[in-house]
Amino acid sequence: MAVAEKQFTTLSGVPIAPYYGPEQLPGFDPARDLAQPGEFPYTRGIHETMYRGRLWTMRQFSGFATPEETNLRYRYLLEQGQTGLSVAFDLPTLMGYDADHALSEGEVGKCGASISSLEDMEALFRGIPLGQVTVSMTINSPANVLWAMYLAVAEQQGVDWKALSGTLQNDILKEYIAQKEYIYPPRPSMRLVTDTIEFGALHTPRFNPISISGYHIREAGSTAVQELAFTLRDGIEYVEWALARGMQVDEFAPRLSFFFNAHNDFFEEIAKYRAARKMWAYAMRDRFGAKDERSLKLRFHSQTAGCSLTWQQPYNNLVRTAIQALAAVLGGTQSLHTNSLDEAYALPSEKAVTMALRTQQILASESGVTNTPDPLGGSYFVERLTLDMEEAAGDYFRRIDEMGGMIAAIEKGFPQSEIANASYAYQRAVESKDKIVVGVNAFQSEGEPLELLHIDHTAEEHQAKKLAALRARRDNGPVRKTLSALERAAEGADNTMPFILDAVRAYATLGEICDALRDVFGSYQETAHI
Amino acid sequence: MTDPPIRVLVAKPGLDGHDRGAKVIARALRDAGMEVIYTGLRQTPEMIVNAALQEDVRVIGLSILSGAHNAIVPRVMELLREKDMTDVIVIVGGIVPDEDTEALKRQGVAAVFQPGSSLEAIVEFIRKSVGGTQVHSFD
Repeated sequence: MAVAEKQFTTLSGVPIAPYYGPEQLPGFDPARDLAQPGEFPYTRGIHETMYRGRLWTMRQFSGFATPEETNLRYRYLLEQGQTGLSVAFDLPTLMGYDADHALSEGEVGKCGASISSLEDMEALFRGIPLGQVTVSMTINSPANVLWAMYLAVAEQQGVDWKALSGTLQNDILKEYIAQKEYIYPPRPSMRLVTDTIEFGALHTPRFNPISISGYHIREAGSTAVQELAFTLRDGIEYVEWALARGMQVDEFAPRLSFFFNAHNDFFEEIAKYRAARKMWAYAMRDRFGAKDERSLKLRFHSQTAGCSLTWQQPYNNLVRTAIQALAAVLGGTQSLHTNSLDEAYALPSEKAVTMALRTQQILASESGVTNTPDPLGGSYFVERLTLDMEEAAGDYFRRIDEMGGMIAAIEKGFPQSEIANASYAYQRAVESKDKIVVGVNAFQSEGEPLELLHIDHTAEEHQAKKLAALRARRDNGPVRKTLSALERAAEGADNTMPFILDAVRAYATLGEICDALRDVFGSYQETAHI
Repeated sequence: MTDPPIRVLVAKPGLDGHDRGAKVIARALRDAGMEVIYTGLRQTPEMIVNAALQEDVRVIGLSILSGAHNAIVPRVMELLREKDMTDVIVIVGGIVPDEDTEALKRQGVAAVFQPGSSLEAIVEFIRKSVGGTQVHSFD
C-alpha cells in the first residue's frame, strides 16, 4: 500500500495527520491552555518544579501467598531502594471471603497476599514502620474492612493516624465497569466509599481514601479516551456523593487521587495525562466551585500496561515497560509501578521485579527526563492530541450526564459495552495484522524459558490453620456484639467505619464482616452480555 | 442441507472478574457462525456443567486467568464423567503454564489456548474437533 493511502492511527484508533504545525492549533492560547507548570489548569503538571523538587514514588504492586511471605518481599523491596509499598491482595480477600471459605479453594495467595483477619495484617507489616512508609492498598469492595485493619495495626505500632500516608484504591465504580470484583449493589457500595471519604477527612488528613482508577478500564480493553472519560466521570460521581453527605468540596477533594494506565502509544498516553489534569481542574472549579488549589490538582499513580505484556518472547516486555514508564514520567506522574517481564505468566519473581524497579531508577537517574517539567509541552502534535482527547472525553461526559450519571450509565451497561466493543475491535486488528504485536503476530521465534515464582497450595493450608486457631482462641462475645452493632449501623445512616474498626479490633474476620454487610445490602450480580 | 450451528458454552469459573478474554472469544465464535452461551462471572463447576447439559452444547470453553485452573478444571471433568457427558469438548483459555497444560490434557481437556493465541486458531480447532465428533479419553 502506498504511504499516501495507508491510515495512520494511534493505538486507540485516532487518525494521525501526516505532520503537525501551527495550523493544527487554531485558537490555541498557551497562557490559557497550558499556563506554567504548577498553575491552573495544570496541563503542564501540578508542581512548579516537578521532579527537581521531588521524584515520583517508585511503588511496586506486590503481594503473594501468606502475609508472612509477602512481608519478606516488602522488606526486600525497601532495602532495594523502593520508596513506598503497594499491597496486592488475593482474590478471596478482594471478594470478601475468608481463606477457608469454599469459594476460596484454589485461589488463596495466588494473585496476592491472603488477608482474613487483623492477625494477618499484623504479620503483613511486622517490622515495617507505618509512620514512615507510605502504603497503597489495592482493595475495593471490602476496602473499609482492610483499611480498618491497617488503622488498627498503626494503633498497635503507636503511630498517630494523622501521620499515616498512603492510598486506598476503593474505587467501586470501575469494578462494575471493568474489573468486576464487586460484592454489594452499586448504591450501598457508594455509601461505603463515602463513609471512608468522610472518615478520612476527619481522622487521616494525609491518607488518600480513594484512587479513582482508569487502569482497569484500559486493561479491560478500552481506548485511551474511554479510560480518561470514564475515570474522570467516576470522580465526579464520588464528589457528588460526598457533597450529598453534607461535606464541603474543599474538605475532601484535596485527598482524591487517580490511577492511570501507561500503555504502548507513547504520545497518546502523554496527551491523556495532560488532558486529565486540565479537565479535572476545570470540573472541580466550574462544576463544584472548589476554591482550595489542592482540590483542583489531579495527582495520579500510573502502572505500565499489564495487557501489553506478551507470553511470547517475554524479555521484550522489559523494553515495552521502559517505553510505557517513560510516557508516564513525561506525563507528570506522582507515582509509578513498572510491570515485571514475567507477569504474563505469573506474579513476578524477585529477579524480575528488581529489573522492573531498576528501570524506574534508570529513568530517574540517568535519562535526564527529570530535569524540566513537561518537556513535550508546546509540541504541535502533543498539544493537538491533548485537545482532541479533552474534546472526545467531554462528549462522553455529556452522554453520561444525559443518562443521569455514572450509576445510571452502569445500570444501562453503557461503559461496559463501549469497552467491550473497543476490545473486540482491537483484537480483530491484531488478528488482521493492522496492529502489530512483536513476537505474537509478527517477528515470531521460539522464546526463552523463564524462572517463575510458583505459589503452591501450602499457603491455603497455612492460612486455613491460622484461621481455625484464631477462631478457637478469640473471645467470641465481642465478635458477635460488634458484628450486630455493625449490622444496625448499616441498616441506618451512620458512618460504618467506627463499627468496622470495633469488629476488626475484636478479631472478627474479613468474611464475617462482609457477611454482616451482605445480610443488610445484598449481593450484586451483573447481567452477562457478550 | 447445512449442518446446524455448533453450540458453545463460554464459562468464567472461579472468583476472578477479568472477562475481557471470555467476551472477545464469545464474540469471535458467534461471528464464526456458532451459537454461543456466555455464563457470566463466578460460576462453580457444578453450575457450568448444569448449564452445558441444559443448553445441550458440544463445546465448553473455560476462561481462567487466576491460577486456579488446577482446582477448577479437574472438578469440571469429573462432573462431566458423572453425568455421562464425555462427548462434550472442553477447551481452556488463559494463563496456564506448560507443565499444567499437559496435566489438564491428561484429564481430558482437548486443548489449552495460552495468551497470544489467534482467534482463527481457536475457531478452527473447534470446527475440526466437532467435525470429528471427538470423544476424549479419560485416564
